[in-house]
Amino acid sequence: MEHNYPIKRIIDDKGFFVDADYEEQIDEQLVKELYYHMLRIRTFDRKAINLQRQGRLGTYAPFEGQEAAQVGSALALNDNDWVFPTYRDHGATLTFGKSMATTFLYWNGRAEGCIAPADRQIFPPAVPIATQIPHAAGAAWAEKKRGTKNAAIAYFGDGATSEGDFHEGLNFASVFKVPVVFFNQNNGYAISVPIEKQMNSKTIAQKSVAYGMPGIRIDGNDCFAVYFETKKAFDNARSGNGPTLIEAVTWRKGAHTTADDPSKYRTEERAKDFVDPLLRLEFFMKNYGYYDDAWIQAINEKTTREVEAAVEEMEKFPPPNVEDVFDHVYAEMPAQLAKQKEAYLAHLGRK
Amino acid sequence: MTQVKESHQKSETAKQMTLIQAINDAMRLMLEEDDRTVILGEDIGKNGGVFRATDGLQEVFGEERVVDTPLSEAGIIGTSVGLAVNGFRPVAEIQFLGFIYPAYEQIMTHVSRIRMRSMSRFTVPMVIRAPYGAGIRAPEIHSDSTETLFTHMPGIKVVCPSSPYDAKGLLIAAMEDPDPVLVLEPMKNYRSKREEVPVGKYTVEIGKGKLVREGADVTLIAWGAMVSIAEKAAEQAEKKGISCEIIDLRTLYPIDSEMIAESVKKTTRAVIIHEAHHTGGLGNDIISIINDTAFLYLRAPIERITGFDVPVPFFSLEEHYLPTPERVVEGIEKVLHF
Repeated sequence: MEHNYPIKRIIDDKGFFVDADYEEQIDEQLVKELYYHMLRIRTFDRKAINLQRQGRLGTYAPFEGQEAAQVGSALALNDNDWVFPTYRDHGATLTFGKSMATTFLYWNGRAEGCIAPADRQIFPPAVPIATQIPHAAGAAWAEKKRGTKNAAIAYFGDGATSEGDFHEGLNFASVFKVPVVFFNQNNGYAISVPIEKQMNSKTIAQKSVAYGMPGIRIDGNDCFAVYFETKKAFDNARSGNGPTLIEAVTWRKGAHTTADDPSKYRTEERAKDFVDPLLRLEFFMKNYGYYDDAWIQAINEKTTREVEAAVEEMEKFPPPNVEDVFDHVYAEMPAQLAKQKEAYLAHLGRK
Repeated sequence: MTQVKESHQKSETAKQMTLIQAINDAMRLMLEEDDRTVILGEDIGKNGGVFRATDGLQEVFGEERVVDTPLSEAGIIGTSVGLAVNGFRPVAEIQFLGFIYPAYEQIMTHVSRIRMRSMSRFTVPMVIRAPYGAGIRAPEIHSDSTETLFTHMPGIKVVCPSSPYDAKGLLIAAMEDPDPVLVLEPMKNYRSKREEVPVGKYTVEIGKGKLVREGADVTLIAWGAMVSIAEKAAEQAEKKGISCEIIDLRTLYPIDSEMIAESVKKTTRAVIIHEAHHTGGLGNDIISIINDTAFLYLRAPIERITGFDVPVPFFSLEEHYLPTPERVVEGIEKVLHF
């Protein structure tokens, strides 16, 4: 089975083309866009870990190592598409248009952190594993029913494929042929459990066979492979050909969250298989004449400034409103809840 | 005392309907009226539902709007979330309440809290219909009455009509509600009686009980299939000179506390009847409401006549699980002679 799903790459670990077909499709604008966003979300990610260590942010789920998978896929979307992320996909949602300050707020325990700009359909990150997968199928179904060209993407990890909701979501999507891309980041570990204990299949892509949909396996650290294959899957979806399952093979460099220590459950042996996605793109840029020191210096400064401004915005954000505990549960508050609210506000001396 | 807002849009003629026909009629009306309505579930299209709740709807409205889904409860509810946040008004049928558990995670972690998590940016105005309850000699697991699994869940409303009129009015209200509503349909009542149901559109307000019988000595509180048990018990009690008032709760969340309080203040005694298990049953919440609102009026501790703390037994024994009019009368006598 594994040989049916060879890992698709466009560039190798040293940044040289392995698939020359793409030479003409890759231009400076795309190279710079990919690099810029990968650097930008990495700067965010590292800052978030620091803030957590300093007690200025809650528990945080880092994604370092997965930047190519998240940026490559997010840049393949159209503005009107739907995004259903998990708690480790804020690299993708930052790239798609959610703000840094909003994202920081989420990790600081604020519901405001779930709210993307009005012109971006980004669902709050799913915490229960795989539960967002049927949502993406449903939202895509709605687009199909309306006859639009919009589609949806569901992000999920390797562990999610063991959950029923993964199978139910893929099955619905293929039965009703809806425009959705199931984007798996196989980073080798579901917290501490390695992929070989998670499943007896060698690949995740092969699970697509059961649902009669295309399944492709890509090098998740090759931003070009991610970008072009995701785009292809979306083109397919928009043309009415239904869903695709993409397995992007990657490596989570750090911990599951800031609350665990990966040295307890994994050796770094497998890490050697993965060249850092940003470094790999740098190699490519040097190999093909895109490398521009001054530009990199400039975007480094720009993203650092953006992150600092976002931290400031998060920290200056008005404190949470007690009313919000009660006010967004129903459109119209039931009398018994209103009573609870009134009594609690009175207890606080607020009324 | 019955301050029930029931809006008749137009005074058309009424028709004799069973509860299941009233449910069908409500969905047909809403499919006609609102393009966003999508009905989905297992065997609901061609087959018209195992109880025929959706009989004939696919024929009229097509496979895009009346959808036979895979056998996949979490898939039905999960995709309904996606449809609802993206502009549709799904009505999902779960074949039996006892089969809803695979979808429980979707309901608990998403349906009920996406409004809160997104501070009302995303909402899921969807309806989940589920036949529930024992007493029709169904195979095992088909007869559960686990409504408190859902009344305990903030963010969703739970209604439970016992009559054809209420079934249509509540289902339409649920389909127009901006929030998710679970509609529990007592299987035992699906075809047990016919009554006059307006042909046109009307709603029964969610959150309002109905006084189905006025009385002076004791308040019986019931819903679903237990309303007729309460009515039979009240007839038996009447022969013994006891006058029972009966409240059909109709909505299990939010509960009509005012109606309960007002009635118990008048009668000074209460018996709660539910077929759900005793521990953690909704009866406990009703006792709390009476405690909070009418404690000083009570002349006797409140009685609960309920299912037992056992899984609903195989149907050869289900009559021993379900509250009977005789057990209710015992409860009535207990509160009267305390």
